[in-house]
Amino acid sequence: MTGFLMLVTVFLIAGVIAVPLAARLGLGSVLGYLIAGIAISPILQWLNVDIIQIQHFAEFGVVMMLFLVGLELDPKMLWAMRQRLLGLGGMQVSVTTILIAAIAMAFGLQWSVSLAIGMVFALSSTAIVLQTLNEKGLMQSQGGQGSFQVLLFQDIAVIPMLALLPLLALPEVAEHATQVSDSHGAHGGNAHGEDGHDDHGSMSLVEGRPGWQVGLITLAAVGSIGFIGSVLTRPLFRFVTMANLREVFVATALALVVGIALLMSLVGLSPALGTFLAGVVLANSEYRHELESDIDPFRGLLLGLFFMTVGAAINFGLLADNFVLVVGITLGVMLLKAGVLYVLARVFKLAGADRWLFTLGLAQAGEFGFVLLSFTVANNVIPQDIAQIALLVVAMSMLLTPALFIAYERLILPRLIDAQEQAADEIDHRSKIIVVGYGRFGGIVARMLRQIGEQPVLVDYSAKQLEALRKFDVKVFFGDGTRADLLHAAGIEDAKMLIIAIDGKEQVTHLTEHVARHHSHVHIVARAYDRPHVYDLYQAGAHDIIRETFDSAVRAGRSAYEALGIHPFQAERLAQKFKKTDRQLLVATASVHKPGVPVSENEDFIALAKELNAQMEEELQGAKAGFGIEGADGWTPPPAKIAVDTPEEKD
Amino acid sequence: MKVLVYQAHPGAPHSEANKAMDVATDAVEGIEFVDLYATYPRFDIDVEVEQARLLRSDAILFQYPLFWYSTPSIIKEWQDLVLEHGFAYGSGGDKLTGKIWSMGITCGAPEEAYGAEGYNGFALRTLLTPMEQTARLCHMTFLPPYVLYGALAKREAHGLSPHAEGWRRWLIALRDDQVDLTKAGACDVIQAEDLNEVIR
Repeated sequence: MTGFLMLVTVFLIAGVIAVPLAARLGLGSVLGYLIAGIAISPILQWLNVDIIQIQHFAEFGVVMMLFLVGLELDPKMLWAMRQRLLGLGGMQVSVTTILIAAIAMAFGLQWSVSLAIGMVFALSSTAIVLQTLNEKGLMQSQGGQGSFQVLLFQDIAVIPMLALLPLLALPEVAEHATQVSDSHGAHGGNAHGEDGHDDHGSMSLVEGRPGWQVGLITLAAVGSIGFIGSVLTRPLFRFVTMANLREVFVATALALVVGIALLMSLVGLSPALGTFLAGVVLANSEYRHELESDIDPFRGLLLGLFFMTVGAAINFGLLADNFVLVVGITLGVMLLKAGVLYVLARVFKLAGADRWLFTLGLAQAGEFGFVLLSFTVANNVIPQDIAQIALLVVAMSMLLTPALFIAYERLILPRLIDAQEQAADEIDHRSKIIVVGYGRFGGIVARMLRQIGEQPVLVDYSAKQLEALRKFDVKVFFGDGTRADLLHAAGIEDAKMLIIAIDGKEQVTHLTEHVARHHSHVHIVARAYDRPHVYDLYQAGAHDIIRETFDSAVRAGRSAYEALGIHPFQAERLAQKFKKTDRQLLVATASVHKPGVPVSENEDFIALAKELNAQMEEELQGAKAGFGIEGADGWTPPPAKIAVDTPEEKD
Repeated sequence: MKVLVYQAHPGAPHSEANKAMDVATDAVEGIEFVDLYATYPRFDIDVEVEQARLLRSDAILFQYPLFWYSTPSIIKEWQDLVLEHGFAYGSGGDKLTGKIWSMGITCGAPEEAYGAEGYNGFALRTLLTPMEQTARLCHMTFLPPYVLYGALAKREAHGLSPHAEGWRRWLIALRDDQVDLTKAGACDVIQAEDLNEVIR
């Protein structure tokens, strides 16, 4: 137990120190984690930790990340990008594999070993690239989309690769492997290899079955994801929300992701691919934002852990011994990958900054390389010593990737500013509005926004309300809008406006405070419960404060005027006059407002309010004595005697 | 003739002259009266409803006090919205062709104030040319306005009943086709004392 706590503490502290530092220096979080991993590797060695084991656990972060990526992509978008997915991704994987294999053969390696190495190096790092693209807000750019398409194809390509690799097995490597298998400790490909074997060996629904059964089971598994996502989740989530406990929802979300990953690995498919599909199926669900905000912290922590293990797993002894070789191969591989990517970018018409983002971003080898390497060693495809070097190359290239992103940002982007500006036109310019609380109040606001063609993001915490609205084809996202992470998932970062229409004075105030502080670019329209709440919200930083019953009460008053026989236009003027006076009163009494003290206990407030009321009464009386009823001043005639001399035309 | 009267006075309860005219005309049958400020206290004029009124009327009259040598603002708003292109003017805008367009105006200043010598500088008809041209552009017949000069002074001196009664007579005559349109059209303005000349 102490050992476990020790380990967790070491990882957490390392991340907490290194990542903000790296962010501060503009290096991005990934490099921060990698450096943290390198820094703690002596401690981990001293603690005798199996880093590779941890890395396997942490790889689940990639699975979660792909789930989240899927949530952002609905099936229509996925279908629309199918050609680029196959073209761009397929070309990248096949051309890079063949070129690297050819070069390896030229260096005297056997063709089967060369091909395996080609596959290992062809794959890029989904974890690093997507994390960095998201962090820098480049995901929606052309280059970011291209990168994503390639990465997605690679994730799919891993599956046939895993099927293909055992066929390349070498008998002499197998003999060699049995001799050395005990001599390797915490790091290195062998421990990795056994795990890899485990994943695909011990539990499986498909092993040992004839091909047609495998096919059927696989199809059924993929089909069940669609079924779970589109049919089962809604009643499930509705059931879960009855408990009204957040952790239960989080547990459900986790169970969904982990369960699908399990199902996928049982049938020998990529868990990442499975959860990605589940994400796509759920992309249109009203629970999307809630799922996003629940899974996201786990993804972040696990990926951070994963990056740290990459840093920590670098075998510096081996690196020092083969420094020139490893660095040489790393640079060679990255150059080659970049070359292939650059040509593909040209062919697929990525221009300017996007082409460079695509070229530099995907030039590394990635975490699937680790998986493939361990698998190849386990299946006796690559000899142990070559795998060790290859492992270092993969890690080194991942370590260099953040540097390439920095080079892209600092060196290339400034020169291509013009091209970037032109490309910016393609980005969706529609303003984004979030409405929190879709009830009697928020619903009206949202309808008014739709009238002018806006599509506000609607968030509400009542599952019942959601069900009712479904019938009217109104799409409302389930979630507690007062939670910062949910606002994040709903896109507060690039929102233009937030309309707060929830109940609960305190919650409205807190939400206003939070958004005003952390997202000062967002225009906040807040609903106030009463007059003191107006002051609270003003202090909290709301831009427009609307008293929830004021306008309707004024209208009721106006109707009363009309029913009393006052001319409708006069009634309107009187209502306006009342609003103006009330507003003056609101401003005048603001100075004596004490936050947290009810007005009925605030002596100063009572005294001032009385005084102001008396003053106003007096004014009203005076007005009556002079020009008749208040509210008609502009149109009442001047006294007859003066009228003859004035040029004004009044009846 | 079907007569439509738009009344517009933002300070309606306090306008003696217009109130008297309203009272006098309230009893007239077969004429459509619309208090614009009461119908549209928030100026949200319903164009369809108003155009339908125009289509079923033969004479359109506005009853208002002269404000700043023009109409109260709601009449301008009504004109801006209701007299649409394609309805009242322009291509296909012939829906008002041949209808009578006129007004009943109360002026605070006395008659002599209107003209080159008076402090208002222009004759009333000159000040009303926008109304006249509006009628022309919409293919309507402009009928000289029924006018009460010096409304404020008259309120004090003789009372308003002769004028209000005249307004009632004028509207009934229009309704019953008793107005000699040629004679009336030749007038500059029509006052209560001119009615015997122009009504058959």
